Amino acid sequence: MTDSFNEMFEGERIRPPYTRLGDWTESMPQELKRLKQAEAEALFRRIGITFAVYGEGGDPDRLIPFDMFPRVFTQGEWRRLERGIVQRARALNAFLADVYDRGEIVKAGRIPGHLVWRNEAYEPAVAGIRPPRGVYSHIVGIDIVRTGPEDFFVLEDNCRTPSGVSYMLENREIMMRLFPGLFRENRIEPVDGYSESLRRMLASVAPAKCSGEPTIVILTPGPLNSAYYEHSFLADLMGVELVEGQDLFVEGEYVWMRTTQGPKKVDVIYRRIDDAFIDPLCFRPDSMLGVAGLMDVYRSGGVTLASAPGAGVADDKAVYVFVPEMIRFYLGEEPILQNVPTWQCGKRDDLRYVLEHLPELVVKEVHGSGGYGMLVGPKATAEQVAAFRERLVAHPANYIAQPTLALSTCPTFVDEGVAPRHVDLRPYCLVGERIELVPGGLTRVALTEGSLVVNSSQGGGVKDTWVLAE
Amino acid sequence: MLSRTAENLYWLARYMERAEKTARLLEVGSRISLMPGGADGYRNEWDALLLAAGTAEGFDRKYGDAVQRNIESYLFFDTDNPSSIASCIGRARENGRIVRTALTTQVWDALNTAFQELKELQRTPRSELPLSQLVDWTLRHTAQLRGAIDATQLRNDNYDFLHLGYSIERGDNTARLLDVKYFVLLPRIDFVGSGLDNYQWTTLLRALSAHRAFHWAYGGDVTAHKIAHFLILNPQCPRSLRSCTQGMSDHLDRLARGYQRTTSVQSKARALLGELVEMTVEDVFEEGLHEFLTRYIGEVATVGGLVAETYLSGDMR
Repeated sequence: MTDSFNEMFEGERIRPPYTRLGDWTESMPQELKRLKQAEAEALFRRIGITFAVYGEGGDPDRLIPFDMFPRVFTQGEWRRLERGIVQRARALNAFLADVYDRGEIVKAGRIPGHLVWRNEAYEPAVAGIRPPRGVYSHIVGIDIVRTGPEDFFVLEDNCRTPSGVSYMLENREIMMRLFPGLFRENRIEPVDGYSESLRRMLASVAPAKCSGEPTIVILTPGPLNSAYYEHSFLADLMGVELVEGQDLFVEGEYVWMRTTQGPKKVDVIYRRIDDAFIDPLCFRPDSMLGVAGLMDVYRSGGVTLASAPGAGVADDKAVYVFVPEMIRFYLGEEPILQNVPTWQCGKRDDLRYVLEHLPELVVKEVHGSGGYGMLVGPKATAEQVAAFRERLVAHPANYIAQPTLALSTCPTFVDEGVAPRHVDLRPYCLVGERIELVPGGLTRVALTEGSLVVNSSQGGGVKDTWVLAE
Repeated sequence: MLSRTAENLYWLARYMERAEKTARLLEVGSRISLMPGGADGYRNEWDALLLAAGTAEGFDRKYGDAVQRNIESYLFFDTDNPSSIASCIGRARENGRIVRTALTTQVWDALNTAFQELKELQRTPRSELPLSQLVDWTLRHTAQLRGAIDATQLRNDNYDFLHLGYSIERGDNTARLLDVKYFVLLPRIDFVGSGLDNYQWTTLLRALSAHRAFHWAYGGDVTAHKIAHFLILNPQCPRSLRSCTQGMSDHLDRLARGYQRTTSVQSKARALLGELVEMTVEDVFEEGLHEFLTRYIGEVATVGGLVAETYLSGDMR
């Protein structure tokens, strides 16, 4: 593998956005660093930001490791990213509106029909329903990796309920408490407008039937969910109720929540539970998390669901390959951000190439997420590769493969001092009356030397992400 | 406000109050163990403690003999015991975590710190944890939480549901503590006016942190009448049934005013309060202390049931 791009150092020279951070690390004694790190950890624990990993058992109040070394973008770099992300979010929503309507893109032969109609994430139950403002995916999380000064690639799109935004906000809060001096010296764009933008966006997609100020709620699966902290954090920042399925019920044309003063009508539901669970009458009948009859109200325009059921078809890894085509088809523009070259194992030629080059590639399950069920060829043992090969041959259409990218690195505090570690970026784009994103995002870092897997469920950490003001 | 949020707040308070009661019981136990009294008396006291904690049966099943060290573990650490301090703080914190947004940072901090420190204590060898330290630790954290609630929570319906939980749990606890002791009090009724030189009574007062307050309020000898008056009818005593009932009634009235809707639970609490205001100690003894306390515990349970029905189910129309 070639050397990866170091975001701070070009040889001995420090790249411009990091100039002021050079002195900062050099002048910080090891002892102080340890103290600050402990302080940060205590803060996280006190605030209660913890993260439970499904199926791993152990401490349900685990912390995601927080690295104090910030990741920095110049204003110019950010502007370009922003344009690319907004473009992508528009195209993804146009695609969803199309495939749940007339399916023009399929008719035009720009994407194979079976990838859409026979996709597990395609939801026939919502075909023909046009949600308010035609928005299906209201919060688009786009995972971006960098391989050079000008080279950004989209790794995947998250159109359902991307998580992690609470870390973006809390990482900033904690950095400002630990190192106020850094914020005086560097002019850093604030991110704390996120919750207000989110609330405004959700209000802007209220159903036409709703008159007056809409009642917004966040629907959570409950405190055992790994992202529960985030759900309650966002509800708190927006000043809306955090509800579970049992708090809601359907009566007449509307959804209501049970309050101490009797039933109250709910207009917009930012739901953090999967499609399959939102309505036992429409989807999984054994779901205890959802609300019986919710989809009937949704269909008749009594409530808005964000994201819309069925939005997942746009972030499917097999559909991902066609996002640049969506941009050209719906917007008549060239993609600003590139896709990672991808082989679709369902195609015979692609599969042959993938099988021949397995030890060099990253292979992912089409419907998987969270870094589970994937093979990182160069890091895998011969046995792991062999075992994966069998699964791949058995169900080739379930997999895609990509080259192992030389992800950029950012300086990171490690036991021996400061060392480069691989990072990615997830910005959060809000789509409602307007399309906007706060200048920043969640930077995830693979804390193990050389590792490319940044998922928090696989031992990754997080960093504060700065966009410098002009 | 979501009914479930109200429910979580209400139970958060009840569990913390229950943890405090258990700590007070342990304190009584530790004092008694320092007394010279005979082995039998000692034994009875510990049994009485378990009875008061409402956990005698569970303890019997698990340990059999009431050995001090086992009782301490059972009442403080044992998560099989739903009333143990560890169980109560764990549940209070779980209720708090669910409604994190309804609590101020300071309240959450107080609750979460107690929980985190508890985990530390659970990892510490028992030999390094004298009972007095465990008791002090618990009382300090329950007080910190109450203080944080009073100092920082908005005086809205959140606050009322928290205090309803506190009042109902406390009323129930005081009544139960008194009930465990009624057999000591009864034989002495004939000696009204004579000094009750029985440290069992003194320890009961201690359990309610009312030992010195009692003397300030009454002076003179400890008598059955005075104790019953103090713990049942005296509005000055913060743990008396009268004060607890007053708390229930006040917070139910505030809720009814805030929601602009009178409720049956409000009338129920008012009636109970009215009775306590009119009552004399003679009335209590005439009815029979045990009978009276049993009835009171039942009435409080009814109030609790009506609170759930009215506010916590979300069915009010």
